[in-house]
Amino acid sequence: MNFSFLKFRKIPLAWLLLTRQPLRLIVAIAGISFAGILMFMQLGFRDGLFDTSVTIHKLLDADLVLISPRSKSSISMSGFPKRRLIQTLALDEVEKTAPVNLNYLLWRNPENLKTRSILALGFNPSDSLLLNDGFSRKAYSLNNPGRVLFDKLSRPEFGPIEEWFLSGQKIETEVAGKRVIVAGLVELGPSFGADGNLITSRETFLRLFPANPRGSIEIGLVKLRKGSNPEFVSKILNNSLPNDVRVLTKNQFIEFEKNYWKNSTAIGFIFSLGALMGFVVGCVVVYQILYSDVTDHLPEYATLLAMGYKLNSLFFVVAREGFLLALFGYLPAYFSGQILYSIIRQSTRLPIIMDADKTILIFILVLIMCMGSAGIAMRKLVDADPAEIF
Amino acid sequence: MVKGKNKASNKINYSNTVSINNLSHFYGRNENKKQVLNNVNLSIQKSELVLLKGPSGCGKTTLLTLIGALRTCQSGNLTVLNNQLNGASRKTRQKLRRSIGMIFQGHNLLRCLTAEQNVQMGSDLIKGLTYLQRREIARNWLSAVGLEEHYKKLPSDLSGGQKQRVAIARALSANPKLLLADEPTSALDSVTGREIVTLLRKLAKEQRCSVFMVTHDPRISDMADRILNMEDGKIFSTHSELV
Repeated sequence: MNFSFLKFRKIPLAWLLLTRQPLRLIVAIAGISFAGILMFMQLGFRDGLFDTSVTIHKLLDADLVLISPRSKSSISMSGFPKRRLIQTLALDEVEKTAPVNLNYLLWRNPENLKTRSILALGFNPSDSLLLNDGFSRKAYSLNNPGRVLFDKLSRPEFGPIEEWFLSGQKIETEVAGKRVIVAGLVELGPSFGADGNLITSRETFLRLFPANPRGSIEIGLVKLRKGSNPEFVSKILNNSLPNDVRVLTKNQFIEFEKNYWKNSTAIGFIFSLGALMGFVVGCVVVYQILYSDVTDHLPEYATLLAMGYKLNSLFFVVAREGFLLALFGYLPAYFSGQILYSIIRQSTRLPIIMDADKTILIFILVLIMCMGSAGIAMRKLVDADPAEIF
Repeated sequence: MVKGKNKASNKINYSNTVSINNLSHFYGRNENKKQVLNNVNLSIQKSELVLLKGPSGCGKTTLLTLIGALRTCQSGNLTVLNNQLNGASRKTRQKLRRSIGMIFQGHNLLRCLTAEQNVQMGSDLIKGLTYLQRREIARNWLSAVGLEEHYKKLPSDLSGGQKQRVAIARALSANPKLLLADEPTSALDSVTGREIVTLLRKLAKEQRCSVFMVTHDPRISDMADRILNMEDGKIFSTHSELV
């Protein structure tokens, strides 16, 4: 590695100016970190809440998903003819398909007998529905009529199903007024639209919801052969199938659901506003620190101008101070964010994660915050008059 | 001592360091307008050590800042190191200042830098030198002003006289062709003051650097090539070969 640039290095003026007053530096770092943590939390909550809406979507074992064009989201799904799904098998790229019914049904809490809306999924137990390990073994039990798999991450209002099931107790209750038996537990998680979930066979589903036509499904799962391009196949299918069905890739299906919640609720706006508040707080803190730093050192900057230093080189000193503050402020914010995310995940089951997008986005925001504030503080540098120092 | 080449300095023909003709300067506007320099005429030759004396408020510092390219020239002609400063751009003046060493009455050291780093801020202006060479220049000048034991001290750990010597070393470290000093010996005892002026005089002779110094210090008058007196914005008498 070539270290020749070190031979021509200059005195690290920005670093020395910042560290001359350690207390002020600590206050600045604390302020920036606080702003960073605020942004991490707000954006984390926002993304976490959006992610909850697609928990099941992500678990579906499919490359392509067929839905009705009239469907708006998982809480407002319309049916389409099941034969459209069968028609997809005409393509060589399609390996297998799985029809799925989806609707909200009333679950009776077996403990207090109160009813509550639960999201029910009906599929053929011989098909692959979810990517979960061991799911197909559990699904086998659904071949018996009236059997359901209950989502153990459902809200407690549905009853102590997990506790009773693990204790070996037989759980019988009603769904849509018809008797069902809990045959197993799955892990899906609540979402915006559903406080709880259950999975059953199509046969049971149609028995629970007889109004649903037998030839109509809400979701069609398509698994492609290895090496197939989902985008390409979805284009072919969209062009070849009638307009009563829409073909999405799995990622498009996830985005379809997220976009519904982003555009139809104020959640995105509220949490983005929270992140903006953090950004503004950070800007004010950094600006105050850098402005007072520049003001404090104005005679020294004027001296450097008198010695022949360019005004631009002094601007760079302030810019470097801004960059260093961004770096030092971001790191504690990142690590604190990790810890807080972990605490929130454990206490609320919200899928709040520190992904690369968020990590980079907030670093860029902190950088803009610090560099922007440095840019404004630089205006004070223009006041440095070398003639006044004699 | 490592000596660097200042590219900006190399382009200039230093036949006449400073030439001033009918230089006037004003502060304020309209009825508040006050004339501080009144048709000043002056020339400083290479290697000359010139002292400027005069009462407070007579225009000495204004003249110093004009020669130092720190202010724009309003009226008259001012040529410094062959650069005509009438109407000179900010960039021209900034470049010229790299060839001028300045010693301020209030030393104006950077508080976050050690003595060595403060001096190195001067030698950093010399292009083409490595960090170690620039540091060596700084150390040599600090030794020259008697501060070899104080390289690593911050200004807050130095006495007033020591700070002033650091400021002098900083001004000298950039290989100036003209040195402007405002009361450089005021904070120094007589022995150190004379040592510093001796050093400046030696620099003037050996490196053909002109020194223009505002001072009230009578202890160093005998070391000047010329002493100028200023009053009410005019240089009213010139004593050549005074001593």
